[in-house]
Amino acid sequence: MSETLSRRDLFKVAGAAGAAAAAGPAAAQTQPPVAEPADGDRVLFFFTDPEARFVEAAAERLIPKDPRWPGAADAGVLFFIDRQLASAWGAGDRMYLKGPWKPEAAPEQGYQLRFTPAELYRIAIGEIGEHCRQAYGGKEFWDLGEPVMDEVLGKLETGGIALPSLPSAVFFETLLANTIEGFFADPAYGGNRGMAGWRMVGFPGAYAQFVDLVDVHGHEYRREPIGIGNTAAREAHLKAHASHMPAPTGAGRP
Amino acid sequence: MPIRMKEVDVVLVGGGMTAAIVGKHLAEAGKTVVALERGPMRDTVPDFQSPSMHDELKYSIRYALMQNAATQTLSFRNFVGQEALPMRQLGSFLPADGVGGAMVHWNGQTWRFQPEWFRLKSWTEERYGKDHVGDDVTIQDWGVSYEELEPHYDFFEKVCGIGGFAGNLRGETRAGGNPFEGPRQNDYPNPPMKQPLSGKLFADAASGLGYHPFPMPSANQTRAYTNPYGAEMQPCMYCGYCETYGCEHFAKASPQIAILPAAMKNSNFSIRPRSHVIRIEHDKDARIATGVTYVDAQGREVFQPAGMVVLCAFAHHNPILLLQSGIGEPYDPATRKGTVGRNYSYQTMTAVSVFYDGTQRINPYMGAGALGTVIDDWNNGSFDHSGLGFVGGGYIAANQTSGRPINHHPVPDGTPRWGRAWKEAVARHYNSTVTLSLHGSSTPHPGNHLGLDRTYTDAYGQPLGMMTFDFPYNDRLMARHLTGKMREIGQAMGGRSISVSWLADHYSIAPYQTTHNSGGAIMGTDPRTSVVNRYLQSWDLHNLWIMGASAFPQNAGYNPTGTVGSLTYWALQAITGDYLKNPRPLVQA
Ligand SMILES: Cc1cc2nc3c(=O)[nH]c(=O)nc-3n(C[C@H](O)[C@H](O)[C@H](O)COP(=O)(O)OP(=O)(O)OC[C@H]3O[C@@H](n4cnc5c(N)ncnc54)[C@H](O)[C@@H]3O)c2cc1C
Ligand code: SF4
Repeated sequence: MSETLSRRDLFKVAGAAGAAAAAGPAAAQTQPPVAEPADGDRVLFFFTDPEARFVEAAAERLIPKDPRWPGAADAGVLFFIDRQLASAWGAGDRMYLKGPWKPEAAPEQGYQLRFTPAELYRIAIGEIGEHCRQAYGGKEFWDLGEPVMDEVLGKLETGGIALPSLPSAVFFETLLANTIEGFFADPAYGGNRGMAGWRMVGFPGAYAQFVDLVDVHGHEYRREPIGIGNTAAREAHLKAHASHMPAPTGAGRP
Repeated sequence: MPIRMKEVDVVLVGGGMTAAIVGKHLAEAGKTVVALERGPMRDTVPDFQSPSMHDELKYSIRYALMQNAATQTLSFRNFVGQEALPMRQLGSFLPADGVGGAMVHWNGQTWRFQPEWFRLKSWTEERYGKDHVGDDVTIQDWGVSYEELEPHYDFFEKVCGIGGFAGNLRGETRAGGNPFEGPRQNDYPNPPMKQPLSGKLFADAASGLGYHPFPMPSANQTRAYTNPYGAEMQPCMYCGYCETYGCEHFAKASPQIAILPAAMKNSNFSIRPRSHVIRIEHDKDARIATGVTYVDAQGREVFQPAGMVVLCAFAHHNPILLLQSGIGEPYDPATRKGTVGRNYSYQTMTAVSVFYDGTQRINPYMGAGALGTVIDDWNNGSFDHSGLGFVGGGYIAANQTSGRPINHHPVPDGTPRWGRAWKEAVARHYNSTVTLSLHGSSTPHPGNHLGLDRTYTDAYGQPLGMMTFDFPYNDRLMARHLTGKMREIGQAMGGRSISVSWLADHYSIAPYQTTHNSGGAIMGTDPRTSVVNRYLQSWDLHNLWIMGASAFPQNAGYNPTGTVGSLTYWALQAITGDYLKNPRPLVQA
């Protein structure tokens, strides 16, 4: 296939997605179909397969599926965390990473480990795997069954498992925070699939103009949530703004 | 050898709010002015446009608009004697990075301090006697009075298009406003914001207890408005993406929309982004600043000579730059001597959540940065402290700023932190909870200060600033007393249950609290206990001026920016009205 051809195909796909998005808000009252994951949706950029199995199983215990709402696994939290760790953030991009290192610091002094987020996950998952295999007759974390998985997570949370390289609670708090992020962040980041997290609480997403509703007390808001990937919403927005966009201030954009 | 630039009349360190104001007025006074801003250029279009701007992960969790800790951070400890360690990622406060400064991503809650705050030491002694608080409460008078600042508060409110309802108009109290504020010559330029259900529930309960609720004064515009600089601002859309975000709607007062367009009309004013100042150069014998040295975008050291230097780098950066430049005597907590870094203070925050458990629909995402209903009955000048053993106070508010769910998913006390019960509680309470907060004052303590770290350095090889801070005993008493009052209001609000977040045992650098750092280069009447005089002019170098909350001798129970703005205009009046004609120390030491 020539390069021109494949690029054209790409544009076709993008156009179709745009059209679907435009139809979204109008079809507000109907439950949207759960889209089949596209090829790229299950790609792992950072985790190895065993690491991914751990993260998916652990995140699902933190936010489990219930009769009404998907859990972390179906919401794609694994893929959210994977992409975060493969990104500049995972590499500790905006962290101060100079020594000397004092891992035994008081909690009030914040994170003091030597590891970037990506390193933290890799090392902690390896050591937790080792712990589980030793404590549970060679079994992997994800084969322990729900009650035991919860017990292991609870011990990680309270420091009840001594990992060789780091306090287990630091890893647990990071995993919990990232799982919540992956459940509620914009779906463009790979988690919150089908906007499950937003639908569960009734958050409208990136749509944001409530000047006419804010003082209608008790109003039941029913519009579909909108993600930042919604190109139609973006264009409508830009059009509405065109009238009062001032000329650049000329403050010297370099 | 550093590159040497052509001399200018005035160099400003920073490109945020105070720099925009100073730049505009000094350029109009005929001076050549350049502002050196360490971060990038930013503007409403294209930088703050939706829907990309409405990304909670990027802006509220990863802090895309704020200081990069890898380039510069500070080290932190709770007490003298503890080993200070670097703040490796942002948390407790979020210093800005980029043209417009923190006012790009502020909330817009815009307050005047009560008159008592400006003479807190004298007022406390007059009213409660000399022994009311111990000598470890190092409160001071500011050297400037509320009456002197009033016209400047008034002008700043007009520049920002503040929406509110005056409670004290020329000494006359008006129902529906804040009866505890100092007298104002004019009402706010714009009407108050619309109030959501959370505000009504709070107001009803507070009124029932005899308190005086009123709408939070707001820099989120409540109608189309043209400010005294000719800037046209648009009404707030209550978009719920305000604090930590730039406003796409031209509705939140920021330098970009309110000040810079007028400032940039002067060809003698310019902003040089990506210019990180590392040192103020000075002539010790002549007792003047000679300019500043900065690192440019390409990593080169550049010397910018100037006839006058104005620090506008934000509260804690100002004193740290003084220390890095060897200007003034560093404060020593052992002897309590020295001034630079003295009286670093902050804010004392607690909260109460009221859970309606499905009986009220709150719609928390219909929010705005300065949307709230407030009582000021427990601020410093509003009540009698006799027998309480502390000074200070704060306002109690039901703010509705955001329902962004990564950060906002309140659950009652006793709910597990994860698992099915947690998830069900989140789903149940998200749209049915109101949170009240105490915005408490912060009194200085001899141990709390800013210094320089001996171990850790920033990306330019400079020693990191070092912060020593914990909540002083005075503020713990204050927080306990007022949080108890807030709990009573919460209980009266008709929810099914309430949760109380008392003040933590120790201040922690990790969770976000507020970006209301203050002190460290404080103003006063005595050069032995202050860094700048009552006009914000350095006692050491008369052509060095220091803007910002670093000048506060103690922090009040309010957000700081109204006072920072009014102090800036107060200083400018002294500079343009007097100093420029005859440069000299305006107050004899
Ligand atoms: C999330 C958030 C919410 C807030 N909400 C409120 C509120 O509701 N009400 C309120 O009153 N206040 C609020 N504030 C505080 C308010 O934004 C500040 O008080 C105000 O911006 C201070 O103005 P400034 O000019 O002193 O500092 P800034 O506006 O921060 O400007 C300082 C500038 O200096 C630059 N700088 C620093 N060091 C250097 C250096 N070495 N070289 C070159 N440049 C440098 C910085 O990059 C920055 O742009 C909030 C702040 C934040 C972060
Ligand atoms: S809440 Fe209002 S002022 Fe704040 S960003 Fe949204 S539109 Fe702008």
